[in-house]
Order: sequence, then C-alpha cells, then structure tokens
Amino acid sequence: MLRRISSGGGQERWPDMGNLKIQDLSKSFTREDGSEMAALDHLSLDIADKEFVCVLGSSGCGKTTLLRLIAGLDQDREGQIILDGEEMHGSSPKIGFVFQEYSLFPWRTVIDNIVFGLEMNGVGREERYRTAERYLELVGLKQFRNSYPSELSGGMRQRVAVARALALEPVLLLMDEPFGALDAQTRNMLQKELLEIWEKTRKTIVFITHSVDEAVFLADRIIVLTPRPGRVCQIFPIDLKRPRDRTSVEFAQVRRQVLDLIGQHCTLQ
Amino acid sequence: MNGNKSRERWLGGLAIALGLILWQGVSAYLVKDPFILPGPGDVLFAFIALFWKGTLLLDFEASLIHFAIGLGAALLVGIPIGIAMGWNRRFDAFLDPVIEILRPIPPLAWIPFAIVWFGLTPYSAGFVIFIGSVFPIMINTYSGFRGVPRVFVEAGKMLGCTKNRYLIRYIAFPAALPSVAAGIRIATGVGWMCLVAAELFGVSKFGLGQKLWFFYNLHQMDSVVVYMILLGLTGLLLDMVFRHYVEAYFLRWRTGEVA
Repeated sequence: MLRRISSGGGQERWPDMGNLKIQDLSKSFTREDGSEMAALDHLSLDIADKEFVCVLGSSGCGKTTLLRLIAGLDQDREGQIILDGEEMHGSSPKIGFVFQEYSLFPWRTVIDNIVFGLEMNGVGREERYRTAERYLELVGLKQFRNSYPSELSGGMRQRVAVARALALEPVLLLMDEPFGALDAQTRNMLQKELLEIWEKTRKTIVFITHSVDEAVFLADRIIVLTPRPGRVCQIFPIDLKRPRDRTSVEFAQVRRQVLDLIGQHCTLQ
Repeated sequence: MNGNKSRERWLGGLAIALGLILWQGVSAYLVKDPFILPGPGDVLFAFIALFWKGTLLLDFEASLIHFAIGLGAALLVGIPIGIAMGWNRRFDAFLDPVIEILRPIPPLAWIPFAIVWFGLTPYSAGFVIFIGSVFPIMINTYSGFRGVPRVFVEAGKMLGCTKNRYLIRYIAFPAALPSVAAGIRIATGVGWMCLVAAELFGVSKFGLGQKLWFFYNLHQMDSVVVYMILLGLTGLLLDMVFRHYVEAYFLRWRTGEVA
C-alpha cells in the first residue's frame, strides 16, 4: 500500500526535534450547575523526540482532554506544556492533529484537503501542491486525488486525515483514537501503515486509544491514566521488536502483562 | 416527484394533456362564458395576439428588474446578518428579538411604506420582494452557520486557520453553503410570489404582474390567463436554473453524501 517517497524532497521546516514535556497539568471543567469537575490532576509526562507513545485509559478519564490541551484546542489549564523548550499556548503548526471522527472538509477534494494547511500558512501554490502530492503518495491514495471525502471509505478518509496533518511537517503528531470507528481488519491495516509512515517521517506521536491490543502493537511506551481525574498510573515500555506480530506468543505475553498491571494498579473498564 | 426516469415521464405529459382536455370541456360545455373561464383555445389566441402586438419582452424585463432589485438586496442584507448571527452568540441574542417581531409581518403589508419611502418606482416593487425574500435567506444562513460541525472548525484551527475571518471564509461558509443555497431557493420562490402584488399599485408601465391587473381591468380574462401562465413558467424556470447551476457547480461534493 505504501510507496517509498523520493528522499531529499522536502526540507524540514523545524529543527529535527519533537520532545514534549508536560508538568503538573491540571484541568477542570465547569458543569451546568456551576460545580467544578476535575478532568486532569497534576499530570506530568516526558515524551522523547521521535517516540511513539500510546495513552491508554477508560472513557472519560481525560485522555482526550490531555490531547486537546497539548494541541491548544482547550485552554485555561494549570501547569506547563513545553515542546522543544518552548511553552505552548494555543495551536501551533508544529503540532498536527488527527481527530477521532471524520474531519475532512467534505467540500474539498482529497488533494485540496491535504493542501489546506499549507494554503493557510501562506505556502505558494506550486510548492503546496508539490508537498501535498508527496503526502498523498505516502498514504497510498494517489488514484483518489480528485475524489471527494464522501466517495471514500472510512479507512481512506483517516489516511487522508493523516496526510493532511503531516503536510505541514509538524514535529509532533497527536492522534485521538483515529481508528476507533473502523472495522477490525481496516484498523489493523492502518496501524501497520501508520508505523511505516512513522518510520519514514520520524515524528513524535502521541496516540490515544482504549485498546490494549492497539497500544501494544504501536507504542514504544504505553502510558495508562487513572479514571477521572486523569493522572499517570503506569508507564510500560514495550520492548518487542518491530515489526510486531500480534499473533505471536511474545505479543500475547506483553499484552497479558499490561492487562494484569492495569488490573492491579489502575481501574480500567 | 421529478420524473427522473424517462420511461415514467410520459405519465406527467399525460396528466397535462388530460388537464387541458378537462379545462376545455368545462369551459366549453359547462361554463360557456369566456369571461368566467376562458378555454385553452382562447388563451392560445390571446397569447399569439400578445406575442405579435403586445409588450411581452418589456414586461419580462420590468419584472426581472423588480425581482433582481429585491433578491439582490435580500442577499446583500440577509447573508451578512445571517453569518454574524450564526457565528456570534451575542449578536444573535441582540438581533433575534427584532427579527422575530418583523418576520411574521406579511410582505404585502409593507406596500404602503414601500410607496411612501420609494415612490412609484421599481425600487418600491423591489422593496416588497426584498421583504419577502430576506428572511428565508437570513434564517437559512444563520442555521447553516450554527450547524457547522465543531470538528471542521477545530481541524481548521489545527491547520493554521485561526482568525475568525478566515474560519468563516474557508470553513464555515463552505460548510454552511448547502443551507444558504436552500434559503436562496426558498427566497426565490417567495420573492416571485410577491411580484404580482408588488406591481399591483402601478410602479411601472410594464411588468408581468402589472399587465395581469391591466388586462383584468379591461376584462380580457384570456390575456390574464396568459400572464398567469407566464408568471408560473418563469418562476419554474428561475428555480430550475438556480437548482441546476448551484447544485451542479457549488454543491458538487454533496452528491453521494448521506447526511
């Protein structure tokens, strides 16, 4: 599915870095009746450059809130979010985001969706299409260049969403259960493709999921959050060699360990 | 509703033919008075006479000018207000009561003020049409902007589209366009319906609605029917042109979308 993109093509727009430091991050929301609800409680986390981290937690544990705070989509937080030594406030082109639900602009064709970010950042017409074509090729959808999102399957839409986020060449890619709505087979395929893309583009990825299987397959490290308010409960480094075989004995063992530890220390539904 | 399948199209043609026969039968054998109900034959001859000796083209021109003034003004006023109200909650809260009070006033109730403010000019006819068409445009634009999925706005922000002006132009407007277009289409229909009344009070020497009243005063009911039919067909044509143009061009992306 994936084709190797020509090397030496695009210049990186940022120094080749992407380490993320989160310190004492707290966030609470105000309910309708005026009472406060804590979503995150003094969460601290270090993510290394080019690391693939999966955040695992039950629904409502604040994992999406964590991602939205990093992205700058939610504001009014306590604590610090530092990317490459720079405190983050609001959205930044250094951060790409892939949403859980379908977020492609239905009125734009596939290629024009991928071009969008470059267009908004004032990249010249010719250059932005050249860059977009490269990422379109990276996700293997060249023949759907001029299709509208409504003509694509769910898996293809999320591939385009990944290409669209990558086109701005962010250092950090945030993914909020991007494959949650897909069937199991498509999901496995996209996980494999995502790893290939990650190996080629070397981004730092923070990937949210509630599937232990998905996390063990993808991550360098799994971070498990406690139920609300979210705090880091456990961190598991996954040392399995890549490419990982989800049917292998080792894989099953690691998955069992992760599940056991979660069961002992963090209540995860 | 619309006979897409050409195999079933003849059914619609059959209904029109039956309607004409029924009309002819009733007028010739039951009513027997072309003043009360002129038959299709009378109307056809009236049409031919008007075509050769009448002012059909000038009437079309005058009516389309009135209509363009009204609809144009409605677009210029309705879309920006709809956008502002749909995008900004405070502006919505501010303006909503005024609009809800003005909206139920029938457009034709504005005719006295149309004359007082604009005199017997094409602008007063345009004003009545404006009143009829501005609210559907405004309200559909508003609800289109209200209904823009949050994820589109957030995706836009993540991709560097952060200023309100750009979010409206690149995200919200295209997302709301189907709703805006539906509003314009409704407004076209309502505006056209206001035309006859708007031309009733003598704003011009020509006009489809103006001539309808003119021939009524001459008791030439066959000519009245000619103008009725022309009004209907023009309204239909406007709707078709709009639908064809807008849906084929601006809303291409919606084909195949199930939403």
